[in-house]
Amino acid sequence: MSTLLSVRDLTMRFGGLTAIDDLSLEVPAGKITGIIGPNGAGKTTLFNCLTGFYKPTVGTLRLAHPRRGELRLEKLPSHRVARDAQVVRTFQNIRLFPKMTVLENLIVAQHNVLQRASRFSLAGLFSLPGYRRAEREAVERARTWLERLRLTQFADDAAGALPYGTQRRIEIARALCVDPVLLCLDEPAAGLNPRESAELNELLLYLCDELGIAILLIEHDMSVVMNVSDHICVINYGRKIAEGTPDAVKNDPHVIKAYLGEDDEEGVMQAYDETEERAS
Amino acid sequence: MSTVVFAHHGMTPAERLRDAGWIAFVALILGVPLIGLTTVDVGGRLAVDTRFGLLAVAVVAAFAGRLALRWAIDSLRAHKQSKARQHTADTLSSRARTLSMVLGWMALGVSIALPIFFSDNRYVVDTATTVLIYVMLGWGLNVVVGLAGLLDLGYVAFYAVGAYSYALLSTQYGWGFWEALPVSGALAAMFGILLGYPILRLRGDYLAIVTLGFGEIIRVVLLNWTEFSGGPNGISSIPRPSFFGLEFTRSAPEGGHSFASFFGLEFSAMHRLIFLYYLILVLALLTHAFVSRLRKLPVGRAWEALREDEIACKAMGMNTTNIKLSAFAIGAMLGGFAGVFFAARQGFISPESFTFSESAIILAIVVLGGMGSQLGVVLAATLLVLIPEFGRNFAEYRMLLFGMAMVLIMIWKPGGLLSHREPTLRLRDPRAKAATTEGAQ
Repeated sequence: MSTLLSVRDLTMRFGGLTAIDDLSLEVPAGKITGIIGPNGAGKTTLFNCLTGFYKPTVGTLRLAHPRRGELRLEKLPSHRVARDAQVVRTFQNIRLFPKMTVLENLIVAQHNVLQRASRFSLAGLFSLPGYRRAEREAVERARTWLERLRLTQFADDAAGALPYGTQRRIEIARALCVDPVLLCLDEPAAGLNPRESAELNELLLYLCDELGIAILLIEHDMSVVMNVSDHICVINYGRKIAEGTPDAVKNDPHVIKAYLGEDDEEGVMQAYDETEERAS
Repeated sequence: MSTVVFAHHGMTPAERLRDAGWIAFVALILGVPLIGLTTVDVGGRLAVDTRFGLLAVAVVAAFAGRLALRWAIDSLRAHKQSKARQHTADTLSSRARTLSMVLGWMALGVSIALPIFFSDNRYVVDTATTVLIYVMLGWGLNVVVGLAGLLDLGYVAFYAVGAYSYALLSTQYGWGFWEALPVSGALAAMFGILLGYPILRLRGDYLAIVTLGFGEIIRVVLLNWTEFSGGPNGISSIPRPSFFGLEFTRSAPEGGHSFASFFGLEFSAMHRLIFLYYLILVLALLTHAFVSRLRKLPVGRAWEALREDEIACKAMGMNTTNIKLSAFAIGAMLGGFAGVFFAARQGFISPESFTFSESAIILAIVVLGGMGSQLGVVLAATLLVLIPEFGRNFAEYRMLLFGMAMVLIMIWKPGGLLSHREPTLRLRDPRAKAATTEGAQ
């Protein structure tokens, strides 16, 4: 099992507040890595550091890109993280292009490929065959993902007008159109009903097993994170407090303490079992 | 009909009366010191006099006015709601598409035929030319504000750059209109990038303030740098464009032809005006074709995505710096072209023509038209040029009329005259889709 991303001694401070404190983490290639932790633990800050939206105060983020060799994510601006390193993220509060149609959202995600094909818009202005082909391919790619995520019927509707669960799927489809090596999903199951969560599980496993995309998953919904993750990392107050397989993490006393306080050791297990029952 | 409206909004006539009564009461309280009491000069002393009759008139007017206003707003809203219930989104969008198609072709037909029917009416052709200049400016600014969502309050600066480039190139170096046009456009685009670069990180209000400042800087420089731009005296006797080398002069030059003599026509000053009209029409149509095409290309979609969500753009690997700069450059270039035409048409330019109020009018055209809508810009430009023209009879009230029209349009259509957005590409053919839904019903 090779390592795709290795986070070393990552620290992120905002003035006096230390959001991430000396965090080290390995993300294996072709696997699903879950990141859990109480609210305000620094999970989203970690994503922001990974994808270039924040510059880490200290630390290195090494990505072993399968074709481009080692890339240092902390040195890249955010658009190059997605374009060159192919590390693509979704957002906790969905960020679609609401007035554009679903199809347009997916085409915009392929901007760099199309822009190159349009040769600074000149080939595009005169609609040369090279550009027309690139556009057809982009639409085909979008169509494939729309079908895989059961979004075809919404293709020509404005993205912002669709239901919440659908918008979540659109955001994942859009991220997939960027052709990610590492897909960072920030609470993809938030606001989904149990049936939709189950579908999400299936999708994540498909992406990982069939397409070999590594996934980094922040999630509060235990029915998702415990079922699909190969490996889980628990963060609290910006520090890693536990790491391991879902079963190992579930029974880790530090984790139980972080979630429920000192005394109640059964709590996490109970909470987990309850969500399990609801899902099934 | 009116009872339906009342029932729908749950506001009974009694409630309406009470509402208006309150307003009348407030008017009464305010009115006692403002209207009811007045001071009169009684032989060098001041005495208080009462005007309760006038006060009563004012209170009654407030009461009636409030009733009327309430009724107007409610019936407007009810009308809108019933309309929204009638149409599903799909038929609405296909209807909007047909409507804008029909309107677009009609506008094109009218604009081509106009000088033929008004070939001896200088005023009409002149005004129509002004409308087209504003249409072109509106289309240029539409790239920056409507598509890319960057609020630019200093657009007139690029208009000025284009106009002064042509004026200086032609009067100082003897360049013709057609040579100067691309160079001036390129210069304006350069200024667009120059302005765009330092303000890449600004958004919304802050961006608006800086662009406003930039517009003023250009104007103030032109006003004060007398050796370069002639200062407040401006630049005069700018050469007019010729018709493929034929000048619009009364007498043909030595050994050549003027436009009239070449075609064997009687000389008329209208020839040049009509030529200028068609020239700006062609320029505007080229602008339209260019911008509509760009909108359907990756760069155009990137502009719209930037307007929708800049952070998501970055997460998709888009270089937002380049996207913003390209929007500024292209918008500025189109403004520059319009400026060249303006200078050539007027024959005289001075910083007077490039004040902030011009920027405001161009922006108003884009916003009133419906951000990003090409046809909306045409409607808004026509309206905004014609309202003050019709208002000339009302002398000093004409700006009041103008303001009132703007407020009414914003109440009636808050999204602009034509706010329908046509997708840049579809998975399914819209007509086929409409047919299947009709078949299903």
